[in-house]
Parts: sequence; structure tokens; C-alpha cells
Amino acid sequence: MSNKVPLNPIELLAVLPEILLVIWALAILAFDLLSNRGVTRRSLGVLTAAGMFGALLSCIPAALAATNQPVLGGMIRFDLYAFVFRAIFLIAGALTALVSIDFRAARAGGEYYALLILATVGMGLMAASNDIMMLYLATETASISLYLLAGFMRETKLSAEAGIKYFVFGAVTSTIMLYGLSLVYGLSGATEYAAVGAALATVGDAKALLAFALLMVSVGFLFKTSTVPFQWWAPDVYQGAPTPVAGFISTASKAAGFAIMLRFLPYIFDPRTLAGAYVDSSGVWVAMMVPLAILTMLVGNLMAIVQTNVKRMLAYSSIAQAGYILVGVSAYAAALQQNSPSANEALAAVIFYLATYTLTNIGAFAVTGIVSQRIGGDEIKDFAGLSRRSPYLALAMVAMMLSLLGAPPLVGFAGKFLLFRSAINIAIAYGNTVFVWLVVLGVVMVLVSVFYYLRVVLAMYTQRAQNDAVPLKVSAPVAWAIGLCTAGVIVTLVGIFPFWQIALDAAKSLFLAGGA
Amino acid sequence: MTFPILTLIMLSPFVGAGVILLIPKDRHEAIKVVAAAFSAVSLALSFFVFAGFDTVRGGFQFVESTPWIPELGISYKVGVDGFSAPQLLLTGIVMFAAVLVSWGKNDRPREFFAFLLILVGGVFGAFMSLDLFLFLIFYEMVLFPVYVLVASWGSGRKEYAAMKLTIYLFLGSLVAIIGVLAVYFYAGNSFDFEVIQKFMAAKQGGFEFQRLWFLPVFIGFGVLASIWPLHNWSPDGYASAPTAVSMLHCGVLKATGAYAALRFGIQLMPEGAKYWLPFVVFLCLANVIYAGAVAFRQKDLKYIIGFASVAHLGLVLLGLCALNVYGLNGAGYELFAGGVMTGLMFALVGMIYERAHIRDVDKLDGLARVMPFAAVAFVIGSLTAMGMPGLPGFVAEMQIFMGLWQASQQVYPYLPNTVAWWYGAVAVAGVLTVVITAAWTLITGAKIFFSEPKTPELQKLPRLTALENVAIAFMCAVLIIAGVFPNSVMSVVSVGVQAILKTLGVAA
Repeated sequence: MSNKVPLNPIELLAVLPEILLVIWALAILAFDLLSNRGVTRRSLGVLTAAGMFGALLSCIPAALAATNQPVLGGMIRFDLYAFVFRAIFLIAGALTALVSIDFRAARAGGEYYALLILATVGMGLMAASNDIMMLYLATETASISLYLLAGFMRETKLSAEAGIKYFVFGAVTSTIMLYGLSLVYGLSGATEYAAVGAALATVGDAKALLAFALLMVSVGFLFKTSTVPFQWWAPDVYQGAPTPVAGFISTASKAAGFAIMLRFLPYIFDPRTLAGAYVDSSGVWVAMMVPLAILTMLVGNLMAIVQTNVKRMLAYSSIAQAGYILVGVSAYAAALQQNSPSANEALAAVIFYLATYTLTNIGAFAVTGIVSQRIGGDEIKDFAGLSRRSPYLALAMVAMMLSLLGAPPLVGFAGKFLLFRSAINIAIAYGNTVFVWLVVLGVVMVLVSVFYYLRVVLAMYTQRAQNDAVPLKVSAPVAWAIGLCTAGVIVTLVGIFPFWQIALDAAKSLFLAGGA
Repeated sequence: MTFPILTLIMLSPFVGAGVILLIPKDRHEAIKVVAAAFSAVSLALSFFVFAGFDTVRGGFQFVESTPWIPELGISYKVGVDGFSAPQLLLTGIVMFAAVLVSWGKNDRPREFFAFLLILVGGVFGAFMSLDLFLFLIFYEMVLFPVYVLVASWGSGRKEYAAMKLTIYLFLGSLVAIIGVLAVYFYAGNSFDFEVIQKFMAAKQGGFEFQRLWFLPVFIGFGVLASIWPLHNWSPDGYASAPTAVSMLHCGVLKATGAYAALRFGIQLMPEGAKYWLPFVVFLCLANVIYAGAVAFRQKDLKYIIGFASVAHLGLVLLGLCALNVYGLNGAGYELFAGGVMTGLMFALVGMIYERAHIRDVDKLDGLARVMPFAAVAFVIGSLTAMGMPGLPGFVAEMQIFMGLWQASQQVYPYLPNTVAWWYGAVAVAGVLTVVITAAWTLITGAKIFFSEPKTPELQKLPRLTALENVAIAFMCAVLIIAGVFPNSVMSVVSVGVQAILKTLGVAA
């Protein structure tokens, strides 16, 4: 179809941020090579962040021109949904670049920052991909950059282990996903999502095979989002990886996983997408998501309680957060199954949650990174007396912990409220009591999470360390990054309305104007 | 009303906090003047609201309403009724006095006053919110400044106390939030108080829902009102907190808890209240008895007042449990009078402690010669707690116990015999304990103020400063005016109570 159409230059707007980022990555590498190393190391991080910020700004005109059509040969869909996710990745990337400046591993120079930018490029394309080829290529671009970043501190064993482990798990799941995608292609004879959906609507007898193929594709999604049972890698990788990278993986990469999942699956299951498509009358998608949400919430929260290492605790907490998000995804799936307009709100809740979670978790990892650099460890006991060493850092960490917990007036409360609201609304509208229990479990899990989030707060404020009178130094760019995260966590709730509106528009854009 | 007076009351402390943070940190005088000025603005405006409240018209007045996130049923909606208007005034009074009392604070005053003002701004916001989402935000906004204030400027085991206080209140608020959200979903995705109230009133057969969710809301907010057995944070917290924070916390913040339990518990779920309160009344009685029993054994002056505040809130909650016109009137009045009274007592204890650095009652004597004015104020405070006629405590406690007595003849539709006969016994037990406990406080006061001066060092303590005297006189004046002219406050409170009774379906 669109393959024959000559390239319209306007279509390049759909990948404008990626184009700028690739140029910037090369520029960073060149800058690193051509200039005096000692001087450049600090400026590289700032430059990277500036580049990401520039790409973020370029999203605005590009998003305004969005046509809600597949472009570039059907590889990319030009819609607000992709740009909102890009904004999440770019903000995460910029903050990570700033935080990395103080971090030993990043002193390796330009290639670290170039990889960070390329990972962001891959994620941006993941969010926009509209074709199973593009889906796979984008996912691999992001993943391979992240494998390298996770193992970047070659001199430490833990980091090397993290890199290898992430790579091995990632490679296996990505192979399974690729196999599933090839089966999907075999069954449908198409690669573009809309065409795949249309073709699959008529597979008839091969439904069992299709289900098997989709299961395999889902493995890739579940790995990226660290959903049970593909969460095993997360604690080891987060613990070993350079802390800013761990923050980046736990947020942007997870958001990217949800971005591809939420764009791909509706084409198979959504009655709105195409008349007569594989309408999910049996609720397969819901039936898959609900148990995953339950398991992920349980495993993440219960395992987090027993952790003594803050990075591992944050890893399990991020698994738990994925579980809460899956509650929203389940609500989204159920709303689609009923062809209900509240699907938009559920999807918007997921997007909103991902955005706020990204901001919060990057901040939490940033503080943890500083503590492990300056104090020499990232166990909970290493946080003892932080309120004396650096009151502002401790205050920032409190804001992050309480926001992850979901306490008002911090932004995490709005996120959880919106997610659970979407599930409750499904329960009320369709008398589906499963969703009531899902929310009950979610709320119980929030109460459970009080234990492990407050453990860090207690350590910072009630325990003393030997030399806690010595103030802890934080360099300006890192302080800025943490300050921005904290401000975001505290202030966004007041500005929740515009954010929610944008998330809602993004959710609507996913299916506006239909396929090509 | 187009002039956004309530918003200004709430914003003034926040703006004040912002201005203070811009002042160079070594300009202590300027910081304090700014704090006092912005408190005075709030006080003046809250007095204006209180005085301008139209008791004939009733209902919610000075309402400002703007949609905030209409898709989610969230709006910026503030307003006061007869019940909350006096609480705004109370907040203004205690806050102004607290700033005056803290004038001697020279340890990082910039941060201290900024946090203090943020705390008060949150309390103002909570008292005026007519949108549950807005309320929750203000309510939680208050918790964190308290933590920082106690942990950084407190005394004794301040970090332990601060964390204990925060965790109790935080967990309580989580439970309450879950309950409030359940109400939100039940009422069809609306946070608007009046909308929900109409929905609940119109909904037949909502009893099952109310029976399930009343308790989480009432007890969840009740933690902040130090309901037994979840009161434990309170004496520890107050013993460690700096004076101004103790004053605000027990005078005003606890009132927020009781207020929320009434507004979002009883008013939104009246059937649930009728089902549960005949049992909850025992917890509230336990507050009074337990606080009294502990106060008798205490030698630590700050703890004695801390338990007195637990008893004071126990009285308020007892009044709420009566669910009739006397009980609610009494509770509303006790919130106001008791708030000023505990604020005054904590101010006095703080002044003694900051001078003598002794809290042990046995080691204090003859202080009346050093601080005669404080001695008089202490007597006024204790007499208020005791319910001496001519002071506001009498009006409040009298009505609360009348209400409890009457409640034993009231119809409780969900009880087996529709009669809660035990209310009479609760009234008798309550009245005895309250009077004896307050008498004990008075005796303690007599001991430390009016005994023969045996410790010469105590006689050399510095006198009270002019500003401290002003603060004490101000609060004493409020108590005396409210006691001699009870109708000044009572007429407003009773208008609010009439509306509450209507939703309860109880004849006034």
C-alpha cells in the first residue's frame, strides 16, 4: 500500500527527535575524541542532557503536526501517543545524563553518553513503531545499548555480571519474541499492525497457533516491563549496573515495554480497530493480564520487604509498580473488550502513571547513586544519618519514597488513584467483581509497601552514622537533576490537569483516524 | 461573594513561607516580623469570616468553586459552615499566638517559620475544603512539616517522637484515604462534598455500603484526633515538639482530625454512624479514662499536658458519638475552646521548660513569683478544662454530657432493642474522670506555681518577655470572652449542627 508512495518530507517530522538524537550522538563522540579529555568529561553529560532537551523541544512542533497516520512506508505511526512516550524517554534520558556526571563509570567518556542517546532513540522508535519489523529493530536498538551500559563498569564484578545477565536474559526473550513475530507473519502474511490485525481476523482454524504465537510475542513485552514471570533479571541487573543506568532501565525501558505492548495488542484484540477483526469476545487478553497483575504485585511487594540493599529494594519496588500498571492495562483490555469509551481513560491512566513513575524512580536512583558513591555502599544502613549529612538530599529521597508509595499530596497518589479508578469503573460499569478484588489487592499491597519504603526514611532520619556531621557534597548538575525530580514529584499534582489532558489526548490518538 | 476571602486566608501562610525563604537567614527580626504579619492577615480575615457568617441563612458560605479536573470530578471548592467557621478562627488565633511565643527562636528561624507557616496553610485549607480531593491534599500536606519541625527543633527523643507521630498519622490517613476513595466511587466519581451528600441522602439501601466504609473513614481520621488505642503518638510527640508545634498540633491539627471524622464520616455516611457510633463511644470514653489515669502517674509536665490534650479530644469525640443536638454543639464548642485551652497550656509549659530546662513536676516550685502572669493563665486553662462556669469549658462539657445522657433515650435503629442504654453510664463515667483529671492538672499547677519556693535557682529565671505576655493574654482573653459570652461562638456552631442533624434525620 503505502510502500509505493514517494517519501513526503513532512513524514520525517514523525521521527524528528530520533534524527536529531542520532546526529547528537555522533557529535558527542566527535567532541569527546577531538577535545582535551580532562576538560570534556564533565561537559559531556551536560551536553547530552542539552541534546535530549533540544529533542524534547522538537517534539512539540512535530506532535502538533501529527496526522495519526502510518508514515515512512507504514513503519512508524505519526501520533501524539508516540510523542508523549518520547517525552518520557527524553526527560528520563536527560536526567540520567545529568546524574551520571558524578558517577565513576561515566568518566569513561563519550561512548557512555552516545549509548545513552542511542538507547533513547531505540525507545522512541519502539513507541512509534507500527510494523512488526520496526518493533523488533527498535527494541533491539534500545536493548543492545542498555546491555552495554549495564556492564559499563568493567572493573567491578557486579557490573560485569549485570551486563552479561541482562544480555543473556534479553537475548533469549528477544529470540522467543522474534519467533512469535515470525509466526504472526506466517499466519497473517503482513507486517504492518493494521494489516496483521485484519488478516488475523480470518485465521479461523489456526487460532490455537495464533494464541501460541501471541504468547511468545508477549514474552518480549513481559521481559521489558519486568513482569512476573520474567522479572528475575531485574534485581541483579539493577544492583550491578551503574546506578544512573539502573534508574534509566527501571523507568524508560519499562515505559517503552508498555508502549509497544499497548500499541501492538489492541490490533489483535480490539473491536474498534477494524470491523470484523479478531474481536476479543472471550476476553483472552483480560484473562492474561489479570493474573499477571496479581502475581507481579505480590512478588514485587513481598520480595521488596526482605531486601537490605536499596537498589535491590528499588528493583523489586519497580516490579511492584509494573504490577500496579498492569491493573490499569487489565482495565484497558476489559474496556476494549466491552467496546467502552472508558478505554481511553484507562490508557491515559497508564501513560500518566508511567510518566510520574519515571520522574520519581530516576530521582530515587539518583540519590542512591550519590550515597553509594560518597558513603561507599548502597545498603539501607548506608543511608543512616543522611538527614544530617545532607538534609536536602534526604528530603528529596523522602519525597521519592512517599510518591512511589502513593501518598498525597505527591504525584504518585494521583497516578495510583487514576489506575485504580479505571479498574473500579470497569467493575461498576460491567459488574465485573474481579476488578474490585484486583483493586483491593492493589490497596493492600500499597499498605505492605509502606514497610519497605519507610525503612529507608527511618534509616535516614532516626539512625546515626559515625561521621554524619560531615556534609555530603553534591555537584551542581546532579543537584539540579534531583531538584527537578523532587520539584516534579511535589508540584505536578497541582498541575495534574494539563498532564492528564495530554495523556488522555495521547490515548485517543492511538486509534484516531484509523489505519492507513 | 466574589472576593476570594477563604482562598486568601489559606494562601497567606504559604505566601508568607515563600517570602521568609527569600529573606537572608541571619536577619532574624525580619523573618519573625514577616511571619507575624502574614499570620495576622490570616487571623484578621478568619475573624472577618467568623463575624460575617450569616447565622440566619446557614449552609455553606463564602463558597468559591472552580472546576479543576472535571473529568475526574475534582474541583477547587472551598466554603465554611457554622461548624468550620469557628475552627478557622481557632486556627488563626493559635497560629498568631504560636508565632509570638516563638519569638525567641534563634536556631535556624528561617526554616522554622517557613515550615510552621506551611503547616498552618495546610490546616486552613483542610478546614475550608468542600472537595474531598482538595481536603486530602491539604491534610497530607500538614504531616510532613510537622515531622521536620519536631525532628529538627524538638527536644529529648525528638527523632523517635517525630517518626512515631508521622507513621501513626500517615498510616491512619492511608486508611482514611481508602475509605474516602470508596465513597468517591460509590457516589459516581465525584469528590464534591455537597454532591456526595445529596447522593447519599437520595440513595435508598445504601446502608450496606455505609456500614462497611464508615469505620475506616472515622477511625482513619480519628487517629489524628488521637482516638484510643491509637493515641500513643500524641504524648510522645508533644513532649518532644517545640512549643509552637505542640500548640498548633494539639490545638488545631487534632481538631482537623475530629472535624474530618465528623464531616466525611458522620455527615457523608449517617447510617453507618448510627450503626457504629454506639460502640465507638467506648473507645472515646477510654480516651478520657486512660488519659486521666496516666496523667495521675505522670511527673513530666509536658506529658501531663499531652495527656490532657488526649482527654480533650476524647471529649470532642464523645460529643460526636452522642449524635444529637447537645452532643454535636458541645463537640463543636469544645473543639474551639479546648483548642485555645491546650494551645495556652502548651505555651505555658514551653515557657517554663525553655527557662528552667526542667520538666519534672517535683523539681519545680514557687514559679508564681517569677512568672505571676503565667500562673494566672495556668489556672484559667485548668479551670477551662475542668468545666468551670464562666469559662468556655463549662458550656462545652455541659452540653457534651447532656448529649450523652440524652443519647441513652435516643433511637438507634440498628441496635437490637434500638436503645443504647449504656450512654448514660458513659456520661457518668466521663464526667467524673474529666473533672478529676482536670482537678489534678490544677493541683499540679498549684504545686509548681504557688508552693513555697525551695529551689533558689528557679527564682532567678528570666521573666516572661512582653511578647510572651501578649500571647498569653490574647489566648486568655479569647477564653474569657468565649466563656462569658458563649453565644458568640455557640450561635455559629449551632447553625452548622442544625444542618448536620438534618442529614442524620434526628430531630433537633
